[in-house]
Amino acid sequence: MQPFKKHRGLVAPMDRVNVDTDQIVPKQFLKAITREGFGRTLFYDWRYLPGEKPNPEFVLNFPRYKGASVLLARANFGCGSSREHAPWALLDYGFRAIIAPSYADIFYNNCFKNGILPVTLADDQVADLFRRLEQKEGYTLSVDLETQTVTDDSGLNWKFEVDPFRRECLLNGWDDIGLTLRFEDKIADYEKGRNPQAPVFGPLEPPR
Amino acid sequence: MAPQTLYEKIWKAHVVTEEPGKPALIYIDRHLVHEGTSPQAFSGLKAAGRKVRRPDLTFAVMDHSVPTKDRNLPLVDDIAAAQFAALERNCKEAGVRLFDMHDRNQGIVHVIGPDLGVTQPGLTIVCGDSHTSTHGAFGALAFGIGTSEVEHVLATQCLSQFKSKAMEVRVNGRRPRGVTAKDIILAIIGRIGIGGGTGHVIEYAGEAIRELSMEGRMTVCNMSIEAGARAGMVAPDETTFAYMEGRPFVPRGKDFEAAVSAWKRLATDPGAQFDRAVELDAAKIAPQVTWGTNPGMVAEVTGRVPDPGSFKDAVDREAAERALEYMALEPGTLIVDIPLDRVFIGSCTNSRLEDLRLAAGVVEGKHVAKSLKQALVVPGSRRVKAQAESEGLDKIFQSAGFEWRDSGCSMCIGMNADVLPSGERCASTSNRNFEGRQGKGGRTHLVSPMMAAAAAIEGHFVDIRGWNGQRGE
Repeated sequence: MQPFKKHRGLVAPMDRVNVDTDQIVPKQFLKAITREGFGRTLFYDWRYLPGEKPNPEFVLNFPRYKGASVLLARANFGCGSSREHAPWALLDYGFRAIIAPSYADIFYNNCFKNGILPVTLADDQVADLFRRLEQKEGYTLSVDLETQTVTDDSGLNWKFEVDPFRRECLLNGWDDIGLTLRFEDKIADYEKGRNPQAPVFGPLEPPR
Repeated sequence: MAPQTLYEKIWKAHVVTEEPGKPALIYIDRHLVHEGTSPQAFSGLKAAGRKVRRPDLTFAVMDHSVPTKDRNLPLVDDIAAAQFAALERNCKEAGVRLFDMHDRNQGIVHVIGPDLGVTQPGLTIVCGDSHTSTHGAFGALAFGIGTSEVEHVLATQCLSQFKSKAMEVRVNGRRPRGVTAKDIILAIIGRIGIGGGTGHVIEYAGEAIRELSMEGRMTVCNMSIEAGARAGMVAPDETTFAYMEGRPFVPRGKDFEAAVSAWKRLATDPGAQFDRAVELDAAKIAPQVTWGTNPGMVAEVTGRVPDPGSFKDAVDREAAERALEYMALEPGTLIVDIPLDRVFIGSCTNSRLEDLRLAAGVVEGKHVAKSLKQALVVPGSRRVKAQAESEGLDKIFQSAGFEWRDSGCSMCIGMNADVLPSGERCASTSNRNFEGRQGKGGRTHLVSPMMAAAAAIEGHFVDIRGWNGQRGE
């Protein structure tokens, strides 16, 4: 996984609450067997007219947001389906960070597995960012995971909270599976401790 | 020891190792796999030179993109065919049991797990699918995961997890006739909102939950994710054990008795603390119909499509406006006046034998409205299909003008040929009414199987409680 330390980029707005992962990547693209090329499928049904012509009314197709890499979103972003295709598509399109008041659990988790930083800010801060973004074309934000700050060029400087362990993993781009396999002995001990013969067919041990 | 919740007991029993300030490593007892979210996990595993640690605890099935008719003919969808081939190859190489689309046990992953007895109380169960919460109906800790986590479980049989908060949703009293598990869960989501359960594991309790069959409890737990919850659970009881006994993967004889006595200790201890508690009165729940583009946008069947102006919050108001525009509905329209193009009875929410029996009971001796373009019944599994056929339900549906299909996810997600055409309106027993969920531009109304069945006969929604099947009343 590519690490995330600090990112500065053009901000694009997604001014809707409860954006579900069916919108982020529609189902027809879940039949792929690789992780590549999902950028084209991002917000597909909103983004394109028939024949895959860009829909000029969709916000990411506005010329001023071309090349955006920070997505400003509303509450409960990424709700619904667990599809990791959603962060794959965001990343492949070019988004490295998301800023929203809240996220759905599975989506939030999936972002950290893919080098995307989902920043959580308070409702009024996010509302403020939407205003700044509307007022200034080319509005750019820096998101710094080391200092846990969001800053802009006109002096805005906000702290954000993130779980320290998730932060460390993302800063280092650690391989999750590698981290877990360091506990191989403990996993093996756990497996020996209960139901070693036939875990599928046999009786279960009572909960401890 | 301090009183514990069902969730805490299962959590503690599965901690492999933990350090303060870090997520715990928890052991996963059953890993369910389907074609849609697993190919990249198997490829990742292979690329890293890793193996599937516990193929014996891993169960795979084809469900999301399988055709529901002409399954014996070659597939017309090449991309789906490649995904099925990948699953078959991956399972073969790893020694994972696969229920392919021709297997008599094939079906929707969340239908076959419980039906075969793979799902058991006290277990941790994961799947790369958000509706894994379904299995919590048995008093298991079951939740959906992303593909990176699928790979993680394949490699280690563990997951790194933060403990969630615990929420109790207590549904007191008895539900009225015509009100089902689906109406209960839609009413709950309507109350707490689609983000209301975020960060929590919900335990459903109370008389109305206890009185539900296992099928009903699965419907309730299934839609926990639609409230944003990590998982939903119901403590196992005699209803659970009676359902389980004799199923293929359930222990037998003395082993079963030993298991039951252990499972009985899982229930939340009296006095255990929840981080949040919500109570509902079942007697006050009416049949529910969604009007918008998420499951929280829901009304009673006797109600009307709301006026966006009635929402206090500006963000909610805008969301309602956008939803009504997508749904092509006018504020103030009576729910029962909404005309339908199609009806879909199926999905991991409502495609089990009880659902089909209830729907068949409604349509028996009647016929779907002429205005309807399609009425579809898709059993959740081939076992359910066979059982339903042995009871003659297929004949009842077919005589009433329904199509009777082979099992799969079908029009809940529209990854196969069963797609809701753009601009059409569907009464669906599935779980999501998101934009384009059943097909781009399609308009979904979520309802119970009985409500869907009656709507098929009338061509519009009706209040099942007062409906006698005489058209035009």
